[in-house]
Amino acid sequence: MSRRLDVDVAIIGGGLVGSSAALALRGMGMSVALLDRGYCGAQASGVNYGGVRRQARPREQLPLSQRAHAVWPRLTGLIGIDGEFMRSGHLKLARSAADMASLEAYALSVADQGLGLELIGHNDLRERYPWIGGDIVGGSLCAGDGHANPRLVSAGFASAARRAGAHVLENTAVTAAIRNGAGFALEAGDGLVVNAGMVINSAGAWAGAFAEAFGEPVPLTRIYPTMVVTEPLAPIMTVNTGMEGGGIYARQVERGNCVVGGERGLPLVDPDYSRPRGEGALSIINRAAELFPGLRHAHAIRFWTGTEASMPDHNPVIGASGTTPGLFHAFGFSGAGFQIAPGVGEVLAELVRDGTTTTPIEAFSITRFDQRREPLSSNHRTADGSRADPDPEPHHRGVLS
Amino acid sequence: MNGRPQPLVVGAGPAGIRAAQALVAAGLRPLVVDEAPACGGQIYRQRLVPDERSARALYGSEAEKAQALHRDFAALDGRIDYWPQALLWNLRDGIADIAVGRANRRVAYDGLVLATGAADRVLPIPGWTLPGVFTLGGAQIALKAQGCAIGSRVVFMGSGPLLYLVAWQYLKAGVDVAAVLDTAPFQAKLNLLRGLHLAPMVVLRGLRFTAELRLRGVALHYGVEDVRIEGQERVAAVAWRQGGREKRVACDGIGYGLALRSETQLADLAGCAFCFDKRDRAWLPQRDAAGRTSVAGVYLAGDGAGIAGADAAERAGERAALALIEDRGLPHRRERAAALERELSRIGRFRELLETAFPFPAHWVAGLSDETMLCRCEEISVGEVRRAIGQFDIGEINRLKAVSRIGMGRCQGRICSSAAAELLSVETKRDLDTVGRLRAQAPVKPIPLVLVPADLPREAAE
Repeated sequence: MSRRLDVDVAIIGGGLVGSSAALALRGMGMSVALLDRGYCGAQASGVNYGGVRRQARPREQLPLSQRAHAVWPRLTGLIGIDGEFMRSGHLKLARSAADMASLEAYALSVADQGLGLELIGHNDLRERYPWIGGDIVGGSLCAGDGHANPRLVSAGFASAARRAGAHVLENTAVTAAIRNGAGFALEAGDGLVVNAGMVINSAGAWAGAFAEAFGEPVPLTRIYPTMVVTEPLAPIMTVNTGMEGGGIYARQVERGNCVVGGERGLPLVDPDYSRPRGEGALSIINRAAELFPGLRHAHAIRFWTGTEASMPDHNPVIGASGTTPGLFHAFGFSGAGFQIAPGVGEVLAELVRDGTTTTPIEAFSITRFDQRREPLSSNHRTADGSRADPDPEPHHRGVLS
Repeated sequence: MNGRPQPLVVGAGPAGIRAAQALVAAGLRPLVVDEAPACGGQIYRQRLVPDERSARALYGSEAEKAQALHRDFAALDGRIDYWPQALLWNLRDGIADIAVGRANRRVAYDGLVLATGAADRVLPIPGWTLPGVFTLGGAQIALKAQGCAIGSRVVFMGSGPLLYLVAWQYLKAGVDVAAVLDTAPFQAKLNLLRGLHLAPMVVLRGLRFTAELRLRGVALHYGVEDVRIEGQERVAAVAWRQGGREKRVACDGIGYGLALRSETQLADLAGCAFCFDKRDRAWLPQRDAAGRTSVAGVYLAGDGAGIAGADAAERAGERAALALIEDRGLPHRRERAAALERELSRIGRFRELLETAFPFPAHWVAGLSDETMLCRCEEISVGEVRRAIGQFDIGEINRLKAVSRIGMGRCQGRICSSAAAELLSVETKRDLDTVGRLRAQAPVKPIPLVLVPADLPREAAE
């Protein structure tokens, strides 16, 4: 059985990045096929912690993060649901004077970025957040940050894209991608051929194979962040909390459940699936009970983990392919993609339509991993930071296992 | 013996007890982990505190079986490790996490017999979450373990053999049984007569229950439809339609259930392959006649692997243990194993008949009102689930969980997931076996947030 679908843009991967790009492209009047090997939003986009956080991102991510920040309060208008987005603020805690100094240095370094960070000393912290225990010397608050429900937001963008007229094709794995004269031909699912002028590779933990198929391998690894969920409790946590140096982060949803992360799970025999480690989950819950005394008598009712792509420098890959005109990448968010993803979708739509974007993304070019090129600090890139390849391979065929 | 870790038996009901016994007979020393304070499982559950009731009063015609199991398990004392009131909440690659109070014991095992049993299957109906409404199994536990009734004037309703057994047990205990409401028409019960040659005792016992209920003036209603539980603060009455007529009976307690549902979460965590079982309308871990799963060293026995009842559980427990013994290279009893398999096969044929006598009222699902609560842990109504299915274009149960919270609460879908799958199937006009099954995740039941890794008691030798 063979079917054919002709579209302006084919998007590989129906996570939050792919779905929000699909929605934005439909808004520009382009025809879109959104392909997912499983269900849209079922992987990292849907099973992450749910932090909507600009604080603590590297400086180069902040313009993109600020762009996404403007999208979050508009979710209801954009996708029909608010995704349980709460602008609770994000509080990063310091366990030691050195950690506090690190928070102070960060606040100083991003003072021009408009995050509105507020440094809080020990006594003030105890007064304002009496529910936080443990040995905490201070913290840094970003009042405009918050949290949301990833399960709803990711599914919401995909549904909105579908309602806006995108061809949303789930359980349709892309098995081969060919660059031909007119654009691309993708083989997908059971005998489907998608002809597209442009392609977006937003396949998350599965994106490396597509990049490699187009001659630009990336050092992508997989991580499996683990979350623990308590039974619903009376309101305790008034703010989304993280820890300088890592180890624990926690938020409380409106229904009352506290979500606590800070450990990594393990892949199953089929590495597309993963599961929390028993000792890891045990470690989180004991840490949580220590830092948040209000949880001491609670029960953990649920754990989850998901499969996520990570890059060695913890920055994502976003922008045009270095080898193939018409191909754009957006993956490798390294455990911090949820907040910026809606902004990335808008940027991708601009790149597809205009070949350039108003948001600086040079630091995320895939070419930074290309051994044959100059290091990142050189300035031979074009204005959009992504069209540097003088000699693209016109008929590269990628066959994916 | 050779430094291999000990086998682990999960559950101390009829299957777990017989498995442990067979392992001991082969010279092994299993660790038996059970959530209850005393052995027996649900069906042969023991009293929390001794009272004047005899075994006859507690277990009726099954008193001898119950006593034999309790006695045989007690006789294993010193030759097994037994952890009662222990929750096995995580399993992976030969390692189990077991919560005992606020201590977490991590044990390595070599050979795993899952005898995890079953729980009541329910479909939501209006009022089913009112205080005073129990599952049939819950009503039975209240009587057996605590010696108390769920009300002073009680209605039992639903489907499955437990319906008449529990009604009869309450009658015997002196409780006013106001009515028994059977979801199947009376004609369905005639199928039982075809099972007389397969399990004469079971059929005759069932006939006796209904006869005694009738003799004592209990109204038996067959083919009930559109059942509604009424009440404000707690249950006050139940109303239903029968043959086009509206009926109603006042009561202050209700036992409700639609047969049983296998507890398969640990088999899932152990990595067992599952297949859809049409008779049980559920995904069940695959196993062969001996109880071997798709994972080497993992065995299934009892209702946790498909509903077959307590007599089958005893035999399946022993059979699974014999398989473990054989796979471990120890001398095993081939003839005994073959005899057990023959008996299991006979009971299996009878189960098919039982299912026709107590069919699941699948047609109720389409008629569920939007206001009816579906997931009581997360307080999600049928209407909210229907809206989520439409809004997000959902056709798979794990996706439904993701967008609706169904199955995310304390019970992890034990109560609502079969109903949610039925609803998803009806709403999307897909076959039940195509909407998927909820993937199990640790912890399989809630665990305390302060759970301290504990040093193990001495590593038991074989």
